[in-house]
Amino acid sequence: MSNEWPLWEIFIRGQHGMAHRHVGSLHAPDADMAIKNARDVYTRRNEGVSIWVVEAARITASSPSDKGPMYDPARSKVYRHPTFFDIPDDVEPM
Amino acid sequence: MYAQMIQSEKTDEDPRALAEFQARIDRGEKIEPKDWMPEGYRRTLIRQIGQHAHSEIVGQLPEGNWITRAPTLERKAILLAKVQDEAGHGLYLYCAAETLGISRDALTEKLLDGSMKYSSIFNYPTLTWADMGAVGWLVDGAAIMNQVPLQRTSFGPYSRAMIRICKEESFHQRQGYDIMMKMANGTPEQRRMAQNALDRFWYPSLMMFGPSDAESVHSAQNMAWKIKINTNDELRQKFVDQTVPQAEYLGLTIPDPDLKWNAETGHYDFSEPDWTEFFDVLKGDGPCNAERMEARRKAWDEGAWVREGLLAHARKKRAAKTAAE
Amino acid sequence: MDPAFEFLCRMGDNTLVLGHRVSEWCGHSPVLEEDIALANTALDLIGQTQLWLGLAAEVEGAGRDADALAMTRDAWDFRNVLLVELPNGDFGRTMMRQCLFDAWHDLVLAELRDSTDDRIAAIADKTSREVAYHLERSRDTVIGLGDGTEESHARMQAALDRLYPYVGELFETDAVDAALAEAGIAPDPGNLRDAYDARITGIMAEATLTIPDSRFAHKGGRDGVRHTEHLGHLLTEMQWLQRAYPGATW
Repeated sequence: MSNEWPLWEIFIRGQHGMAHRHVGSLHAPDADMAIKNARDVYTRRNEGVSIWVVEAARITASSPSDKGPMYDPARSKVYRHPTFFDIPDDVEPM
Repeated sequence: MYAQMIQSEKTDEDPRALAEFQARIDRGEKIEPKDWMPEGYRRTLIRQIGQHAHSEIVGQLPEGNWITRAPTLERKAILLAKVQDEAGHGLYLYCAAETLGISRDALTEKLLDGSMKYSSIFNYPTLTWADMGAVGWLVDGAAIMNQVPLQRTSFGPYSRAMIRICKEESFHQRQGYDIMMKMANGTPEQRRMAQNALDRFWYPSLMMFGPSDAESVHSAQNMAWKIKINTNDELRQKFVDQTVPQAEYLGLTIPDPDLKWNAETGHYDFSEPDWTEFFDVLKGDGPCNAERMEARRKAWDEGAWVREGLLAHARKKRAAKTAAE
Repeated sequence: MDPAFEFLCRMGDNTLVLGHRVSEWCGHSPVLEEDIALANTALDLIGQTQLWLGLAAEVEGAGRDADALAMTRDAWDFRNVLLVELPNGDFGRTMMRQCLFDAWHDLVLAELRDSTDDRIAAIADKTSREVAYHLERSRDTVIGLGDGTEESHARMQAALDRLYPYVGELFETDAVDAALAEAGIAPDPGNLRDAYDARITGIMAEATLTIPDSRFAHKGGRDGVRHTEHLGHLLTEMQWLQRAYPGATW
């Protein structure tokens, strides 16, 4: 099992009356820590904001609609996943 | 630049698909992670965004070197906030790279085993407080030259990361110049420090843009893909044109006897940096390459138990919660 | 000696020295998210130092400011507890020290919000929100690492064993404290011990860590009588520019 902390997508509602907006991602061992990390990384502790965190792997996304079958869209994951790809070790250094 | 000399990866796909992909970019559309993209585009981006991220992280070290020696509480807070921003920018960029199918840990391992690079500039030492000024003024100034146009790069997550970074970075160059002004208008020793910092950081800053790539095939491909927006020479010239008057305002001398205004071109003529030194630094023979990599390796290796410990706890909590349900 | 000045130096030197220690992690933390979070903590502590030492300088009325107090006093004039000047050790020890300090800091600020001195109450009000978050975060980290892997547990137990003898100094009471408590300016530190013990007992139980039996306490920081050897080195670094180039402005 990988020891990398899972990736979380962060949604923040900056002002009352606004919708939560995707602001970025981060890594955290669990949802509680993801919220704390989001406070430190994306709000710099701004109080009174509402934060949602969602594990990236749990998000289901639509496929790009305008592409024919030859484009072989990735399945449901919102992001392509690291494990989908084998990056050769000999990718030539710069 | 923070990503120097990125060669485009070969791509070997259906010409029809490639043409349509290129047409999307030419129309100014953003490419998103789930969209089809040529393998070469994806791999080139991983290399470029990864190198950019590594540069932010390694770039914490030369300035971090002075956090505990900052001369006042306010300077300490500003410097700490700036170095913290660099960690944040590295984080945004790693996340952008992750959308291309490579994990942050995998990228980190490539930095640590030397198969991925970071900007040459961070292999130079910061020896006096004036270096905090010079780094902000020159190094961030050079970085901004590249980062502002990259906000329009074709890959959506990279573009969005750059927009956020540029927004946060606006104060970095100013705080550097502010330090330089204080030093340049200070005691004779402070003026000497300021001049000395400019002397040491001028040519390494010019090197940040990389050698001339006007004729490079890689550069042409990357520009067609809108991964690269300007040639290295364009950006370097823009940087020199912008910086010379700023140095004059400070009463400091740019260490280039051949530097002069060219009324015909409307630009400054200037001397090329020593490209042998540049390639030595890239190969690992810069003044601080060994220290920088040692510091990153130490943080990674000695942090392993922390990352594993917190993850183990999270798994225990989840197991307990599942059992209770 | 003015008790108010003494007290304000105790508060400000704690945040100054701990902020300095925490800032040493910048660029070297185990993971980026922690690096950013620790920098936030250090930034808060430096900001708090400006408030406490700024008020100390004002109360002293000798023409000094917060920077002069931070950058030109020698070790024997520092009034921080020994706990905060100890070297960071590994990440676990740093977070354990943070948790042990935050748990006290949070309690004392809650009391100081009711200080009869409005200026102190105002600083306490502003900083207590920051410190509540520091405690939340350091507490979670201590629990996570204490109840993590075998290795992280062992390291956190070692950290607690190493640092616990420095906890008692936080609750020492002397003539300064008595005078301030009498005037309703600051609480008697000794009165905070029970609440502190309840907190720490809860946290360490959740972290599966054992609090040492001995209540032995190293002291000498908050009265400046006997600091550790570490403070001098810390000040050598922190004060170097101001010492090497006196009179320059930066």
